[in-house]
Amino acid sequence: MSKLSVPVRKFDAVIVGAGGSGLRAAIQLSEAGLKTAVLSKVFPTRSHTVAAQGGVSASLGNSEEDHWHWHMYDTVKGSDWLGDQDAIEYMCRKAPEVVVELEHFGMPFDRTDEGKIYQRPFGGHMSNFGEKPVRRACAAADRTGHAMLHALYQRNVRANTQFFVEWMALDLIRDQSGQVLGVIALEMETGEVVAFHSKATVFATGGAGRIYYSSTNAFINTGDGLGMAARAGIALEDMEFWQFHPTGVAGAGVLITEGVRGEGGILRNSTNERFMERYAPNAKDLASRDVVSRAMVTEINEGRGCGPNKDFVLLDITHLDPATIMKRLPGIREISIQFAGIDPIKAPIPVVPTCHYQMGGVPTNYKGQVVGDDAAPIRGFYAAGEVACASVHGANRLGTNSLLDLLVFGKASGDTVIDDLRSGEIGLKELPADYADRTLARLHRLNTQTGGASVNECRLELQRTMQKHCGVFRFKDMLVEGVAKIVEVEKAVAQTEIKDKSQVWNTARVEALELDNLIEVAKATMVSAEARKESRGAHVRDDAPDTPANPNGRDDLNWHKHTLWHRDGSRLSYKPVIMKPLSVETIALKTRSY
Amino acid sequence: MDDREKLNRLRWRCTRRAMLEMDLLLGEFLERVYPTLSPAQADAFVTMADMEDLELWPLVNGQREPDDPVQAEVLSLLRNVRVK
Ligand SMILES: Cc1cc2nc3c(=O)[nH]c(=O)nc-3n(C[C@H](O)[C@H](O)[C@H](O)COP(=O)(O)OP(=O)(O)OC[C@H]3O[C@@H](n4cnc5c(N)ncnc54)[C@H](O)[C@@H]3O)c2cc1C
Repeated sequence: MSKLSVPVRKFDAVIVGAGGSGLRAAIQLSEAGLKTAVLSKVFPTRSHTVAAQGGVSASLGNSEEDHWHWHMYDTVKGSDWLGDQDAIEYMCRKAPEVVVELEHFGMPFDRTDEGKIYQRPFGGHMSNFGEKPVRRACAAADRTGHAMLHALYQRNVRANTQFFVEWMALDLIRDQSGQVLGVIALEMETGEVVAFHSKATVFATGGAGRIYYSSTNAFINTGDGLGMAARAGIALEDMEFWQFHPTGVAGAGVLITEGVRGEGGILRNSTNERFMERYAPNAKDLASRDVVSRAMVTEINEGRGCGPNKDFVLLDITHLDPATIMKRLPGIREISIQFAGIDPIKAPIPVVPTCHYQMGGVPTNYKGQVVGDDAAPIRGFYAAGEVACASVHGANRLGTNSLLDLLVFGKASGDTVIDDLRSGEIGLKELPADYADRTLARLHRLNTQTGGASVNECRLELQRTMQKHCGVFRFKDMLVEGVAKIVEVEKAVAQTEIKDKSQVWNTARVEALELDNLIEVAKATMVSAEARKESRGAHVRDDAPDTPANPNGRDDLNWHKHTLWHRDGSRLSYKPVIMKPLSVETIALKTRSY
Repeated sequence: MDDREKLNRLRWRCTRRAMLEMDLLLGEFLERVYPTLSPAQADAFVTMADMEDLELWPLVNGQREPDDPVQAEVLSLLRNVRVK
C-alpha cells in the first residue's frame, strides 16, 4: 500500500531534457506514434546546446577525402584509449547519416559553392589515421547549436511531442527488480509534484559543469540526471574526467577564445613574466590546451598568481594595436569590460583554466541503454548526450564530437526504446507502493528544516573545493584532503534551509534541489579522481609524471579501465574498456602524442 | 500571480538561460538595477528576458539597436552592468 501518493500521468516514453539529445530522441519516439513527454527546466530552445558554436563533426568528405574510420581513429586517440571502441565506431559511422538528416530537418548549414555542406578543420580531427588535419566540422555560422535546436524543436512540434516546460524532474522511479518506471517531477508554476509513469525513461539532462567555481557552463548545468541516477542506485562512470579550457575569465568563467592568443595575446604571472616560454619554448602561448592549462596552474600553485588571492594569471593584449583588437577579436573587449571589469586595450585580462565539459556520466551501451555493473541493460532506462557515458569521449573529448554524440545517441536511444517496446522487453508495469516516498521526504525535509545552511554558501563551498582540490592539475595530498572536505560539504547540503516555503514559483526550493544533484556529482568526481593513480587525458596528476615506462604518466597495466562510483558507501569498482569495435580491427593502445 | 511569484519567475528566466554570459548579466541586472526601473521599463525588461539569447546578445554588445525606445533605455542600463 502506498504510504504517500502524488498524481500520476501515463506515457509511453518520458524524456528528461530538451537539448539536442533529448529533442533528437523525441523525434524518433513521436514519429513512431508513441505518446511522448519531454520535460525541461527551461523552454527547449533555451537549453545549453545553444552555446555550442564550433560545429558538428562528420566524415562527409565534402571538401577533401575523409572516412569514418579515420574519424574513429582520432576519437579513440583523443579519448586516450579510454573510449569504448564499439560505441566510437557506431558514432563515427553514423555521423554522415545523422548530419544529413539534420539538414533535411531544416538545419541551415554553411554551404560550399556547389551547395554541399561546408566543412572546416578542428583540433584533433585528421585524415589517414592521424596524418594531417582534415575538414570535418559542419557549422551554421557561429550559431550551430542554436540552429540545431531550432530545427529539432520544429520537427518535434510537427510530430506532436508533448512538452512540459519549466518542470524539474526530481527522482527516478524504480521497482524492486530495478526496472525504471518513470520520474517524479515538480512543476514550478504550481509547485505540484507529479509522477510521470512510463514504459521508457530517457535521460538527456546535459552536463554538470557548475560543480566548479570557474566554469564555462551556464547555471542550468547542475547534473540533475547524474544526481537522480546516483540516488536510484545507478553507478556513475569515469567522473574524474573533465575537460578544461585554459582561458576563462577569472571568477565569471566566460570563455575567451583561443583566437586571442592566436592574435598575439601573452600569458603573464605576477612578476609580469611571459611564463609559457619556460614550459613550451617553441609554441609558447599557443601550446595545446592541456599544456597551457597546467602551466597556468603551476604558476598559481607556486605563488606567482595575480590579484589579492594570487589565484589567476593575466592574458595580455595591451601591446596589440587597438584597431586590431576591435577588428580581429570582436566581442572580446565587451566581454572583458562586462565580466572582468577591465578594458583589455589598457589592462590585461584575468584568466584561469575553466571547466568546460564532462566526459563521464550515466553508463550506457552504444544503443543508448543505461547499463548496470554487469553491463546488462537496466530495463526501461536510456540516456544520451552529455549526461551519458557511452563511452565515446573516454578521458578527453574532441571538439565537435559532442554535438555529434547528441544526434547519434539521441536517435539510437529512441530507436532502442521502440525495439524494446516491440519485443516486449519493456511495458507499463505497476508502480511500487513507495514510488514517491523518497522524493516527498526530501521535499518535506526542505520545508521543515530550521537552523540549516544556506544554499548559496553550500554551493560556493562545493565549487571552491572542487576548483582547488580537483582542478585541471591534480595533486595527491590535495585530492585526499578534497575527499574529506567534500564529505563535510555533503553534510551541510543535507541540512540546507530555505526561507521561502511557498508553493508557486519557489526558486529557492528549486535551487536547493539542484544542489542535491551537484553534491552527488562533486563527490563522484573527487572520489574517482583521488583513486585513479595515473595521468590519462584530462586527468593529470603531479605524482604520475611522464616516464619511459608510463609515457605521459599513463599506466595502462593498472589503469586501462573505466571507473564506476557507487553512491552507496561512496564505493568504487572498475570495468574493462571495450576494445573490440563492431566491424573493424581494434585500434591498439599507443602513446598519445600530436 | 502575486509579486513574489512574478519576480521569482523572472529570476528563473534571467538565470537559467542558454548562455553563461546572459545568466550573469541578467542575474546581476535583476538584483541591482531592476528594482530601480519605472513600471514601463520593468515591463520592457520582462519582454527582453523572454527573448532568446542569440536575439538579446547582439543587442547587449551593441551589434544591434532595438526599435522600441523604452527597450533602448533598459538596454543602456544593461550594457553598463559589470559582473565581477
Ligand atoms: C560554451 C560551450 C561551447 C561548446 N561548443 C561546442 C561545439 O562547438 N561543438 C560540440 O560538439 N560541443 C560543444 N560544446 C558541448 C556541447 O554544447 C554540450 O555537450 C551539449 O550541447 C549538451 O547537450 P545535451 O543535449 O546533452 O544537454 P543540454 O543542451 O545541456 O540540455 C539539457 C536539457 O535538460 C534539461 N534538464 C536538465 N535537468 C533537468 C531536470 N532535472 N528536469 C527537467 N529537465 C532538465 C534542461 O532544461 C535542458 O533542456 C560546448 C559547450 C559549451 C559550454
